[in-house]
Amino acid sequence: MASEAQAADKAAEGGSLVFHPMDQFIVKPLFGDGAVGMFTITNSTLWMGLAVLAIIGLLVLSTSKRAIVPGRMQSIAELAYGFIYKMVEDICGKDGVKYFPYVMTLFMFIVTANFLGLLPKSFTTTSHFAVTVVLALAVFLTVTILGFVKNGAGFLSLFWVSSAPLALRPVLAIIELISYFVRPVSHSIRLAGNVMAGHAVIKVFAGFAAIAAISPVSVLAITAMYGLEVLVAFIQAYVFTILTCVYLKDALHPHH
Amino acid sequence: MATEHTGAVSTCVDSHGSAIGMPQLCFDWFPNQIFWLVITLVVVFLVLSRVALPRIAAILAERQGTITNDLAAAEDLKAKALAAEEAYTKALAEARAEAQRIAGEARAEIQAELNEAIAKADAEIAAKAAESEKAIAEIRAGALESIEAVAKDTAGELVNVLGGQADDATVAGAVEARMKG
Repeated sequence: MASEAQAADKAAEGGSLVFHPMDQFIVKPLFGDGAVGMFTITNSTLWMGLAVLAIIGLLVLSTSKRAIVPGRMQSIAELAYGFIYKMVEDICGKDGVKYFPYVMTLFMFIVTANFLGLLPKSFTTTSHFAVTVVLALAVFLTVTILGFVKNGAGFLSLFWVSSAPLALRPVLAIIELISYFVRPVSHSIRLAGNVMAGHAVIKVFAGFAAIAAISPVSVLAITAMYGLEVLVAFIQAYVFTILTCVYLKDALHPHH
Repeated sequence: MATEHTGAVSTCVDSHGSAIGMPQLCFDWFPNQIFWLVITLVVVFLVLSRVALPRIAAILAERQGTITNDLAAAEDLKAKALAAEEAYTKALAEARAEAQRIAGEARAEIQAELNEAIAKADAEIAAKAAESEKAIAEIRAGALESIEAVAKDTAGELVNVLGGQADDATVAGAVEARMKG
């Protein structure tokens, strides 16, 4: 890529290491140059589209045979289905099951985007706050609106900890209120931060590989980091989903 | 890249095409990312809720049904196997009883034949014994008669030798009287 060539040039000129760990996160138009408008097809668009294709391949094409004895891909699809279905049922209860497609949509998008982002030269859509904040805000708004629609003013009992001593309750109410509004922030930054940090660290290690003497260490470090990132890719999708379920449970059953 | 020659096209990328600060905080790109994200999520949601999830649910339900049916069939077959075993045991017991009955009959028949044969042999032996006794009696009677005759002759002769005149009737009477003891 041109930016890497530039970096190499600069490194040659300056005779020192040059890191551009954040360049991998640049959003750029896929066709031609120019500004990134709202409808421009960018690398972000491409990798979101690939995520959609991957989801279709995993959940739709693999199950097209409807085999009673599943093949490998169908097993994975059923595993993903059972995993999220059980999570929603366990956390939100039986009445939460009707929100299962929404939770499944979030999980499948995040997990596929995370894993596709681990491919070399790929663009990680979930490393951007713009993406994760929209996801988190969608959950936050859904949960808040659903809470008031389902429980009316009773949803506010979420902030009124009736099991605590009466004197403590106002204090707890303020803490609960703050924590409630911090939810979308932590929810989104946790995902984007983890993904971004891992990718940036790998890029920094890759920068060290320019020095021949420490390049083996660098390669080992990249390998180790990559393994960790594979774990993180799944765990962060899992954490995002399970928190969504927990918030959904608050909306359905606000009483402590 | 054009950015290398024309300078920065945005506030987030410098003239070398490198990021200025964190690309995550470049607000110029937000509308684009959010727009395509919403499209993506809508597509994913529609695909999942219309096609994928109902299909997987149907597959899982079908599998559950198949497993239940198979278990019921297995239960059925097991019951049949038990019934067959019971019938076998019953048939075996019947066959054994029949065999015992036949053996008993045969034994009784043989015993009857044996008894008959023994009875016949006994009868024969008795007949033979009676015959023999009769013969002995005859012989004995014959012997007595002979003795009587010999005694009469001998007595007559003795009388003659001693110089008596023996008349047959007297001798006979005397001998008979003696023989009667």
